[in-house]
Amino acid sequence: MGVGIQVEHLNAWFGKTQALYDINITMPANHATAIIGPSGCGKSTFVRCLNRMHETISDARADGKVRMGELDVYNGTSATQIRRRIGMVFQKPNPFPTMTIYDNVAAGLKLNGFRDRRRTDEIVERSLQLSALWDEVKDTLRKKSGASLSGGQQQRLCIARALAVEPQVLLMDEPCSALDPISTGKIEELIFQLKARYTIVIVTHNMQQASRVAEFTGFFLMGKLIEFDKTEKIFTNPSEKRTEDYITGRFG
Amino acid sequence: MRTRFQQGLDDLRQRLLRMGGLAEQAVDRACQAYIERDLTRCRMVLENESLINLAEREIDEVAFDLLALQQPMAIDLRFILAVVKINADLERVGDQAVNIAERVMDMVELPPAELPVDIGRMATAVSAMVKRALESFIEGKAELAQAVLEMDNVVDRMRDEAFITLVRKMNDSPEVTRQALDALLVARNLERVADHATNIAEDVIFWVRGADVRHNVTEFVNPTEISERR
Repeated sequence: MGVGIQVEHLNAWFGKTQALYDINITMPANHATAIIGPSGCGKSTFVRCLNRMHETISDARADGKVRMGELDVYNGTSATQIRRRIGMVFQKPNPFPTMTIYDNVAAGLKLNGFRDRRRTDEIVERSLQLSALWDEVKDTLRKKSGASLSGGQQQRLCIARALAVEPQVLLMDEPCSALDPISTGKIEELIFQLKARYTIVIVTHNMQQASRVAEFTGFFLMGKLIEFDKTEKIFTNPSEKRTEDYITGRFG
Repeated sequence: MRTRFQQGLDDLRQRLLRMGGLAEQAVDRACQAYIERDLTRCRMVLENESLINLAEREIDEVAFDLLALQQPMAIDLRFILAVVKINADLERVGDQAVNIAERVMDMVELPPAELPVDIGRMATAVSAMVKRALESFIEGKAELAQAVLEMDNVVDRMRDEAFITLVRKMNDSPEVTRQALDALLVARNLERVADHATNIAEDVIFWVRGADVRHNVTEFVNPTEISERR
Protein backbone atom coordinates (compact mmCIF):
# COMPACT_ATOMS: atom_id res chain seq x y z
CA MET A 1 0.00 0.00 0.00
CA GLY A 2 1.07 3.55 -0.63
CA VAL A 3 1.65 6.02 2.13
CA GLY A 4 0.81 9.71 2.28
CA ILE A 5 3.51 12.35 2.07
CA GLN A 6 3.48 15.44 4.26
CA VAL A 7 5.88 18.23 3.48
CA GLU A 8 6.31 21.10 5.94
CA HIS A 9 8.42 24.21 5.58
CA LEU A 10 10.65 22.65 2.97
CA ASN A 11 13.44 24.91 1.69
CA ALA A 12 16.14 23.92 -0.78
CA TRP A 13 19.28 25.57 -2.07
CA PHE A 14 21.90 25.13 -4.75
CA GLY A 15 24.90 26.80 -3.12
CA LYS A 16 23.66 30.26 -2.21
CA THR A 17 20.72 30.19 -4.61
CA GLN A 18 17.47 29.24 -2.98
CA ALA A 19 15.43 26.92 -5.20
CA LEU A 20 12.43 26.17 -2.95
CA TYR A 21 10.74 28.48 -0.47
CA ASP A 22 8.77 27.17 2.46
CA ILE A 23 6.80 24.44 0.68
CA ASN A 24 3.86 22.97 2.58
CA ILE A 25 1.90 20.24 0.90
CA THR A 26 0.10 17.02 1.81
CA MET A 27 -0.10 14.35 -0.85
CA PRO A 28 -2.63 11.67 0.04
CA ALA A 29 -1.82 7.96 -0.09
CA ASN A 30 -2.87 5.92 -3.15
CA HIS A 31 -3.56 8.94 -5.27
CA ALA A 32 -1.60 10.65 -8.01
CA THR A 33 -0.46 14.19 -7.42
CA ALA A 34 0.78 16.22 -10.39
CA ILE A 35 3.37 18.94 -10.01
CA ILE A 36 3.19 21.56 -12.73
CA GLY A 37 4.94 24.84 -13.41
CA PRO A 38 7.27 26.53 -15.92
CA SER A 39 10.87 25.39 -16.43
CA GLY A 40 13.08 26.31 -13.51
CA CYS A 41 10.20 26.69 -11.05
CA GLY A 42 11.53 23.99 -8.73
CA LYS A 43 9.31 21.04 -9.68
CA SER A 44 12.13 18.57 -10.15
CA THR A 45 14.02 19.90 -7.15
CA PHE A 46 10.88 19.37 -5.12
CA VAL A 47 10.47 15.70 -6.04
CA ARG A 48 14.22 15.14 -5.65
CA CYS A 49 13.92 16.45 -2.11
CA LEU A 50 11.32 13.79 -1.36
CA ASN A 51 13.78 10.94 -1.82
CA ARG A 52 16.87 12.96 -0.83
CA MET A 53 18.34 12.91 -4.30
CA HIS A 54 18.70 16.66 -4.14
CA GLU A 55 21.59 16.38 -1.70
CA THR A 56 23.60 14.19 -4.12
CA ILE A 57 24.41 17.34 -6.09
CA SER A 58 27.48 19.02 -4.59
CA ASP A 59 26.68 22.23 -2.75
CA ALA A 60 22.96 21.43 -2.71
CA ARG A 61 21.07 21.23 0.56
CA ALA A 62 17.53 21.19 1.90
CA ASP A 63 15.82 21.68 5.23
CA GLY A 64 12.31 21.26 6.52
CA LYS A 65 10.19 18.31 7.33
CA VAL A 66 9.13 15.52 4.98
CA ARG A 67 7.09 12.67 6.40
CA MET A 68 6.37 9.59 4.36
CA GLY A 69 4.07 7.33 6.32
CA GLU A 70 5.87 6.70 9.58
CA LEU A 71 9.25 7.73 8.16
CA ASP A 72 10.78 11.10 8.86
CA VAL A 73 12.79 11.60 5.67
CA TYR A 74 15.22 14.22 6.98
CA ASN A 75 15.53 13.01 10.55
CA GLY A 76 16.87 9.70 11.76
CA THR A 77 16.47 7.84 8.46
CA SER A 78 19.28 7.07 6.03
CA ALA A 79 19.03 8.17 2.41
CA THR A 80 19.30 4.52 1.31
CA GLN A 81 16.39 3.52 3.52
CA ILE A 82 14.32 6.32 2.01
CA ARG A 83 15.18 5.51 -1.58
CA ARG A 84 14.30 1.87 -1.07
CA ARG A 85 10.78 3.01 -0.21
CA ILE A 86 10.55 5.39 -3.13
CA GLY A 87 10.80 4.32 -6.74
CA MET A 88 11.82 6.92 -9.26
CA VAL A 89 11.23 7.13 -12.99
CA PHE A 90 13.00 9.76 -15.06
CA GLN A 91 12.33 11.72 -18.20
CA LYS A 92 14.51 9.59 -20.45
CA PRO A 93 14.20 5.85 -20.02
CA ASN A 94 17.51 4.66 -18.60
CA PRO A 95 17.65 0.85 -18.58
CA PHE A 96 21.06 -0.68 -17.89
CA PRO A 97 22.08 -1.14 -21.52
CA THR A 98 24.28 -4.22 -21.12
CA MET A 99 21.81 -6.13 -18.95
CA THR A 100 19.02 -8.35 -20.19
CA ILE A 101 15.42 -7.38 -19.58
CA TYR A 102 15.29 -9.82 -16.68
CA ASP A 103 18.47 -8.50 -15.08
CA ASN A 104 17.26 -4.93 -15.42
CA VAL A 105 14.18 -5.69 -13.37
CA ALA A 106 16.10 -7.81 -10.87
CA ALA A 107 18.91 -5.25 -10.49
CA GLY A 108 17.47 -3.58 -7.40
CA LEU A 109 16.88 -6.91 -5.70
CA LYS A 110 20.44 -8.09 -6.39
CA LEU A 111 21.82 -4.81 -5.14
CA ASN A 112 19.95 -5.38 -1.91
CA GLY A 113 21.55 -8.84 -1.56
CA PHE A 114 18.42 -10.76 -2.47
CA ARG A 115 19.49 -14.24 -3.66
CA ASP A 116 16.36 -16.44 -3.82
CA ARG A 117 16.13 -17.25 -7.53
CA ARG A 118 12.61 -18.62 -7.60
CA ARG A 119 11.33 -15.67 -5.65
CA THR A 120 13.26 -13.35 -7.97
CA ASP A 121 11.56 -14.96 -10.98
CA GLU A 122 8.21 -14.29 -9.39
CA ILE A 123 9.01 -10.69 -8.57
CA VAL A 124 10.34 -10.02 -12.08
CA GLU A 125 7.18 -11.43 -13.62
CA ARG A 126 4.89 -9.55 -11.24
CA SER A 127 6.72 -6.27 -11.78
CA LEU A 128 6.56 -6.62 -15.54
CA GLN A 129 2.87 -7.51 -15.27
CA LEU A 130 2.26 -4.40 -13.18
CA SER A 131 4.10 -2.21 -15.67
CA ALA A 132 2.06 -3.76 -18.50
CA LEU A 133 5.16 -5.00 -20.31
CA TRP A 134 5.05 -8.73 -19.50
CA ASP A 135 3.12 -9.88 -22.56
CA GLU A 136 5.49 -8.04 -24.88
CA VAL A 137 8.75 -9.37 -23.41
CA LYS A 138 7.99 -12.66 -21.67
CA ASP A 139 9.59 -14.76 -24.44
CA THR A 140 12.81 -12.78 -24.66
CA LEU A 141 13.40 -11.95 -21.01
CA ARG A 142 16.87 -13.41 -20.82
CA LYS A 143 17.84 -13.01 -24.46
CA LYS A 144 17.28 -9.37 -25.24
CA SER A 145 19.00 -6.42 -23.63
CA GLY A 146 16.97 -3.62 -22.09
CA ALA A 147 18.33 -1.23 -24.69
CA SER A 148 16.85 -3.26 -27.54
CA LEU A 149 13.31 -2.29 -26.55
CA SER A 150 11.41 0.68 -27.95
CA GLY A 151 11.38 3.94 -26.00
CA GLY A 152 7.93 3.30 -24.55
CA GLN A 153 8.85 -0.26 -23.61
CA GLN A 154 12.10 0.95 -22.03
CA GLN A 155 10.15 3.37 -19.88
CA ARG A 156 7.80 0.60 -18.74
CA LEU A 157 10.90 -1.51 -18.06
CA CYS A 158 12.22 1.27 -15.83
CA ILE A 159 8.88 1.36 -14.04
CA ALA A 160 9.07 -2.42 -13.53
CA ARG A 161 12.58 -2.01 -12.18
CA ALA A 162 11.36 0.62 -9.74
CA LEU A 163 8.41 -1.56 -8.66
CA ALA A 164 10.54 -4.69 -8.11
CA VAL A 165 11.88 -3.44 -4.78
CA GLU A 166 8.28 -2.85 -3.61
CA PRO A 167 8.33 0.87 -2.93
CA GLN A 168 5.44 2.73 -1.33
CA VAL A 169 5.82 5.84 -3.38
CA LEU A 170 6.55 6.30 -7.07
CA LEU A 171 8.11 9.58 -8.19
CA MET A 172 7.88 10.26 -11.90
CA ASP A 173 9.78 13.18 -13.39
CA GLU A 174 8.37 13.86 -16.85
CA PRO A 175 7.97 10.13 -17.54
CA CYS A 176 6.33 10.55 -20.94
CA SER A 177 8.06 13.55 -22.44
CA ALA A 178 10.25 11.37 -24.65
CA LEU A 179 7.43 9.03 -25.68
CA ASP A 180 4.93 8.93 -28.53
CA PRO A 181 1.19 9.25 -27.79
CA ILE A 182 0.57 5.50 -27.78
CA SER A 183 3.33 4.81 -25.27
CA THR A 184 2.19 7.85 -23.31
CA GLY A 185 -1.32 6.45 -23.23
CA LYS A 186 -0.01 3.13 -21.91
CA ILE A 187 2.02 4.81 -19.16
CA GLU A 188 -0.94 6.97 -18.18
CA GLU A 189 -3.20 3.95 -18.02
CA LEU A 190 -0.53 2.28 -15.94
CA ILE A 191 -0.38 5.21 -13.53
CA PHE A 192 -4.09 4.75 -13.04
CA GLN A 193 -3.69 1.07 -12.22
CA LEU A 194 -0.69 1.64 -9.96
CA LYS A 195 -2.54 4.09 -7.76
CA ALA A 196 -4.22 1.18 -6.01
CA ARG A 197 -0.84 0.11 -4.62
CA TYR A 198 1.34 3.20 -4.61
CA THR A 199 1.28 6.89 -3.96
CA ILE A 200 2.32 8.64 -7.14
CA VAL A 201 3.91 12.03 -7.62
CA ILE A 202 4.31 13.05 -11.24
CA VAL A 203 6.13 16.08 -12.57
CA THR A 204 4.82 17.08 -15.96
CA HIS A 205 4.91 19.90 -18.46
CA ASN A 206 1.91 18.43 -20.15
CA MET A 207 -1.17 20.02 -18.66
CA GLN A 208 -3.52 17.52 -20.27
CA GLN A 209 -1.49 14.72 -18.78
CA ALA A 210 -1.77 16.22 -15.32
CA SER A 211 -5.51 16.61 -15.76
CA ARG A 212 -5.87 13.06 -17.04
CA VAL A 213 -3.93 11.13 -14.42
CA ALA A 214 -3.79 13.11 -11.18
CA GLU A 215 -6.45 13.73 -8.54
CA PHE A 216 -4.43 16.56 -7.03
CA THR A 217 -2.29 19.19 -8.67
CA GLY A 218 0.27 21.60 -7.27
CA PHE A 219 1.39 24.65 -9.24
CA PHE A 220 4.94 25.88 -8.62
CA LEU A 221 6.33 29.24 -9.66
CA MET A 222 9.81 30.56 -8.89
CA GLY A 223 10.38 28.09 -6.11
CA LYS A 224 7.05 28.65 -4.40
CA LEU A 225 3.95 26.52 -4.25
CA ILE A 226 1.31 28.90 -5.56
CA GLU A 227 -1.72 26.65 -5.40
CA PHE A 228 -2.53 23.09 -4.45
CA ASP A 229 -5.99 21.67 -4.94
CA LYS A 230 -8.08 18.99 -6.57
CA THR A 231 -7.08 18.68 -10.20
CA GLU A 232 -10.51 19.53 -11.56
CA LYS A 233 -10.52 22.75 -9.53
CA ILE A 234 -7.07 23.74 -10.78
CA PHE A 235 -7.98 23.18 -14.41
CA THR A 236 -11.52 24.54 -14.45
CA ASN A 237 -11.52 27.32 -11.91
CA PRO A 238 -8.25 27.92 -10.05
CA SER A 239 -8.28 30.30 -7.07
CA GLU A 240 -5.04 32.04 -7.96
CA LYS A 241 -4.72 34.41 -10.90
CA ARG A 242 -1.14 33.22 -11.49
CA THR A 243 -2.30 29.60 -11.79
CA GLU A 244 -4.95 30.59 -14.29
CA ASP A 245 -2.49 32.67 -16.31
CA TYR A 246 -0.10 29.74 -16.46
CA ILE A 247 -2.52 27.00 -17.41
CA THR A 248 -4.22 29.14 -20.02
CA GLY A 249 -0.82 29.90 -21.57
CA ARG A 250 -0.80 33.60 -20.76
CA PHE A 251 2.74 33.29 -19.43
CA GLY A 252 5.36 30.64 -18.82
CA MET B 1 0.68 29.47 -30.69
CA ARG B 2 -1.19 31.11 -27.84
CA THR B 3 -1.73 34.32 -29.75
CA ARG B 4 -3.42 32.32 -32.48
CA PHE B 5 -5.56 30.78 -29.76
CA GLN B 6 -6.39 34.25 -28.42
CA GLN B 7 -7.37 35.30 -31.93
CA GLY B 8 -9.61 32.24 -32.11
CA LEU B 9 -11.31 33.25 -28.87
CA ASP B 10 -11.78 36.81 -30.16
CA ASP B 11 -13.25 35.49 -33.38
CA LEU B 12 -15.68 33.34 -31.40
CA ARG B 13 -16.67 36.33 -29.29
CA GLN B 14 -17.28 38.53 -32.34
CA ARG B 15 -19.37 35.86 -33.99
CA LEU B 16 -21.51 35.41 -30.89
CA LEU B 17 -22.03 39.17 -30.67
CA ARG B 18 -23.23 39.27 -34.26
CA MET B 19 -25.52 36.33 -33.52
CA GLY B 20 -26.79 38.17 -30.44
CA GLY B 21 -27.47 41.25 -32.56
CA LEU B 22 -29.52 39.19 -35.01
CA ALA B 23 -31.58 37.51 -32.29
CA GLU B 24 -32.18 40.77 -30.47
CA GLN B 25 -33.27 42.45 -33.70
CA ALA B 26 -35.62 39.56 -34.49
CA VAL B 27 -37.42 39.89 -31.14
CA ASP B 28 -37.67 43.67 -31.43
CA ARG B 29 -39.02 43.44 -34.97
CA ALA B 30 -41.56 40.78 -34.04
CA CYS B 31 -42.83 42.88 -31.11
CA GLN B 32 -43.00 45.98 -33.25
CA ALA B 33 -44.90 43.97 -35.87
CA TYR B 34 -47.42 42.92 -33.20
CA ILE B 35 -47.96 46.45 -31.97
CA GLU B 36 -48.27 47.95 -35.47
CA ARG B 37 -49.89 44.90 -37.14
CA ASP B 38 -47.02 45.11 -39.63
CA LEU B 39 -46.61 42.26 -42.12
CA THR B 40 -43.37 43.65 -43.61
CA ARG B 41 -41.60 43.25 -40.29
CA CYS B 42 -43.05 39.75 -39.94
CA ARG B 43 -41.52 38.76 -43.25
CA MET B 44 -38.15 40.23 -42.23
CA VAL B 45 -38.20 38.09 -39.10
CA LEU B 46 -38.97 34.96 -41.10
CA GLU B 47 -36.27 35.71 -43.65
CA ASN B 48 -33.59 36.41 -41.07
CA GLU B 49 -34.17 33.17 -39.26
CA SER B 50 -31.97 31.30 -41.72
CA LEU B 51 -29.15 33.78 -40.98
CA ILE B 52 -29.46 33.02 -37.28
CA ASN B 53 -29.43 29.29 -37.94
CA LEU B 54 -26.36 29.63 -40.11
CA ALA B 55 -24.59 31.73 -37.47
CA GLU B 56 -25.40 29.09 -34.85
CA ARG B 57 -23.74 26.36 -36.89
CA GLU B 58 -20.66 28.46 -37.59
CA ILE B 59 -20.20 29.34 -33.94
CA ASP B 60 -20.48 25.70 -32.94
CA GLU B 61 -17.88 24.79 -35.54
CA VAL B 62 -15.41 27.42 -34.38
CA ALA B 63 -15.93 26.41 -30.73
CA PHE B 64 -15.55 22.73 -31.60
CA ASP B 65 -12.27 23.40 -33.42
CA LEU B 66 -10.90 25.45 -30.52
CA LEU B 67 -11.77 22.69 -28.06
CA ALA B 68 -10.25 19.99 -30.23
CA LEU B 69 -7.12 21.81 -31.35
CA GLN B 70 -6.19 24.06 -28.44
CA GLN B 71 -7.31 22.12 -25.36
CA PRO B 72 -8.35 25.24 -23.47
CA MET B 73 -8.20 25.35 -19.68
CA ALA B 74 -9.84 27.23 -16.83
CA ILE B 75 -11.36 30.60 -17.84
CA ASP B 76 -10.85 29.86 -21.56
CA LEU B 77 -12.59 26.52 -21.22
CA ARG B 78 -15.45 28.12 -19.30
CA PHE B 79 -15.70 30.84 -21.93
CA ILE B 80 -16.05 28.39 -24.79
CA LEU B 81 -18.60 26.28 -22.93
CA ALA B 82 -20.57 29.42 -22.11
CA VAL B 83 -20.46 30.55 -25.76
CA VAL B 84 -21.75 27.19 -26.98
CA LYS B 85 -24.68 27.34 -24.56
CA ILE B 86 -25.45 31.00 -25.19
CA ASN B 87 -25.37 30.20 -28.89
CA ALA B 88 -28.11 27.59 -28.47
CA ASP B 89 -30.20 30.01 -26.40
CA LEU B 90 -29.87 32.75 -29.01
CA GLU B 91 -31.01 30.38 -31.71
CA ARG B 92 -34.10 29.60 -29.62
CA VAL B 93 -34.69 33.32 -29.14
CA GLY B 94 -34.75 33.55 -32.94
CA ASP B 95 -37.32 30.73 -33.07
CA GLN B 96 -39.53 32.53 -30.55
CA ALA B 97 -39.38 35.69 -32.68
CA VAL B 98 -40.57 33.61 -35.64
CA ASN B 99 -43.43 32.21 -33.52
CA ILE B 100 -44.48 35.74 -32.58
CA ALA B 101 -44.33 36.85 -36.23
CA GLU B 102 -46.54 33.92 -37.21
CA ARG B 103 -49.11 34.90 -34.55
CA VAL B 104 -49.10 38.45 -35.90
CA MET B 105 -49.71 37.16 -39.43
CA ASP B 106 -52.68 35.22 -38.13
CA MET B 107 -53.92 38.19 -36.12
CA VAL B 108 -53.94 40.75 -38.96
CA GLU B 109 -56.43 38.57 -40.83
CA LEU B 110 -58.88 39.15 -37.99
CA PRO B 111 -60.73 42.32 -37.03
CA PRO B 112 -58.78 44.34 -34.42
CA ALA B 113 -59.90 43.72 -30.85
CA GLU B 114 -59.48 45.68 -27.64
CA LEU B 115 -57.58 43.29 -25.35
CA PRO B 116 -56.84 43.77 -21.64
CA VAL B 117 -53.11 43.06 -22.01
CA ASP B 118 -50.09 45.30 -22.49
CA ILE B 119 -47.88 43.25 -24.82
CA GLY B 120 -45.84 46.38 -25.53
CA ARG B 121 -44.82 46.71 -21.88
CA MET B 122 -43.92 43.05 -21.70
CA ALA B 123 -41.94 43.31 -24.93
CA THR B 124 -39.98 46.24 -23.53
CA ALA B 125 -39.08 44.28 -20.40
CA VAL B 126 -38.09 41.18 -22.35
CA SER B 127 -36.05 43.08 -24.88
CA ALA B 128 -34.24 44.87 -22.03
CA MET B 129 -33.38 41.47 -20.54
CA VAL B 130 -31.90 40.24 -23.80
CA LYS B 131 -29.92 43.47 -24.21
CA ARG B 132 -28.63 43.36 -20.67
CA ALA B 133 -27.68 39.68 -20.93
CA LEU B 134 -25.68 40.41 -24.09
CA GLU B 135 -24.09 43.45 -22.44
CA SER B 136 -23.00 41.33 -19.51
CA PHE B 137 -21.35 39.02 -22.04
CA ILE B 138 -19.63 41.90 -23.87
CA GLU B 139 -18.36 43.42 -20.64
CA GLY B 140 -17.72 40.12 -18.91
CA LYS B 141 -19.58 41.46 -15.87
CA ALA B 142 -21.35 39.07 -13.54
CA GLU B 143 -23.20 41.95 -11.80
CA LEU B 144 -24.99 42.89 -15.01
CA ALA B 145 -25.92 39.25 -15.50
CA GLN B 146 -27.23 39.08 -11.95
CA ALA B 147 -29.64 41.94 -12.72
CA VAL B 148 -31.08 39.91 -15.62
CA LEU B 149 -31.85 37.01 -13.30
CA GLU B 150 -33.86 39.31 -11.08
CA MET B 151 -35.91 40.65 -14.01
CA ASP B 152 -37.09 37.17 -14.93
CA ASN B 153 -39.62 37.09 -12.08
CA VAL B 154 -41.19 40.31 -13.30
CA VAL B 155 -41.76 38.86 -16.77
CA ASP B 156 -43.13 35.62 -15.31
CA ARG B 157 -45.71 37.66 -13.40
CA MET B 158 -46.67 39.60 -16.54
CA ARG B 159 -47.26 36.31 -18.35
CA ASP B 160 -49.41 35.00 -15.48
CA GLU B 161 -51.48 38.19 -15.43
CA ALA B 162 -51.89 38.07 -19.22
CA PHE B 163 -53.11 34.50 -18.92
CA ILE B 164 -55.76 35.35 -16.30
CA THR B 165 -57.08 38.48 -18.01
CA LEU B 166 -57.11 36.96 -21.49
CA VAL B 167 -58.93 33.79 -20.41
CA ARG B 168 -61.51 35.97 -18.71
CA LYS B 169 -61.83 38.01 -21.90
CA MET B 170 -62.42 34.85 -23.93
CA ASN B 171 -65.21 33.88 -21.55
CA ASP B 172 -66.79 37.32 -21.59
CA SER B 173 -66.43 38.00 -25.32
CA PRO B 174 -66.19 34.73 -27.24
CA GLU B 175 -66.17 36.65 -30.55
CA VAL B 176 -62.54 37.76 -29.91
CA THR B 177 -61.31 34.35 -28.73
CA ARG B 178 -58.88 33.97 -31.62
CA GLN B 179 -57.38 37.40 -31.10
CA ALA B 180 -57.07 36.75 -27.37
CA LEU B 181 -55.47 33.40 -28.05
CA ASP B 182 -52.90 35.00 -30.37
CA ALA B 183 -52.07 37.56 -27.68
CA LEU B 184 -51.79 34.79 -25.09
CA LEU B 185 -49.37 32.84 -27.27
CA VAL B 186 -47.30 35.96 -27.90
CA ALA B 187 -47.12 36.53 -24.13
CA ARG B 188 -45.94 32.97 -23.70
CA ASN B 189 -43.33 33.35 -26.46
CA LEU B 190 -42.05 36.52 -24.83
CA GLU B 191 -41.78 34.75 -21.48
CA ARG B 192 -39.73 32.02 -23.17
CA VAL B 193 -37.39 34.68 -24.61
CA ALA B 194 -36.95 35.98 -21.07
CA ASP B 195 -36.05 32.46 -19.96
CA HIS B 196 -33.38 32.26 -22.64
CA ALA B 197 -32.02 35.66 -21.56
CA THR B 198 -31.86 34.24 -18.03
CA ASN B 199 -29.91 31.22 -19.26
CA ILE B 200 -27.50 33.50 -21.08
CA ALA B 201 -26.97 35.53 -17.91
CA GLU B 202 -26.31 32.33 -15.94
CA ASP B 203 -23.74 31.25 -18.50
CA VAL B 204 -21.99 34.61 -18.24
CA ILE B 205 -21.77 34.18 -14.46
CA PHE B 206 -20.36 30.70 -14.98
CA TRP B 207 -17.75 32.05 -17.38
CA VAL B 208 -16.70 35.00 -15.25
CA ARG B 209 -16.92 33.54 -11.76
CA GLY B 210 -16.74 29.83 -12.40
CA ALA B 211 -19.97 29.44 -10.42
CA ASP B 212 -22.98 27.46 -11.57
CA VAL B 213 -26.03 29.47 -10.54
CA ARG B 214 -28.66 27.54 -12.46
CA HIS B 215 -31.92 26.50 -10.84
CA ASN B 216 -31.03 28.31 -7.61
CA VAL B 217 -28.76 25.47 -6.55
CA THR B 218 -26.05 27.18 -4.52
CA GLU B 219 -23.92 24.20 -3.63
CA PHE B 220 -23.02 21.37 -5.93
CA VAL B 221 -23.61 18.08 -4.15
CA ASN B 222 -21.65 15.13 -5.41
CA PRO B 223 -23.90 12.03 -5.48
CA THR B 224 -21.11 9.87 -4.04
CA GLU B 225 -20.80 12.25 -1.11
CA ILE B 226 -24.48 11.86 -0.38
CA SER B 227 -24.11 8.10 -0.12
CA GLU B 228 -21.04 8.56 2.08
CA ARG B 229 -22.95 10.86 4.39
CA ARG B 230 -25.55 8.17 4.90
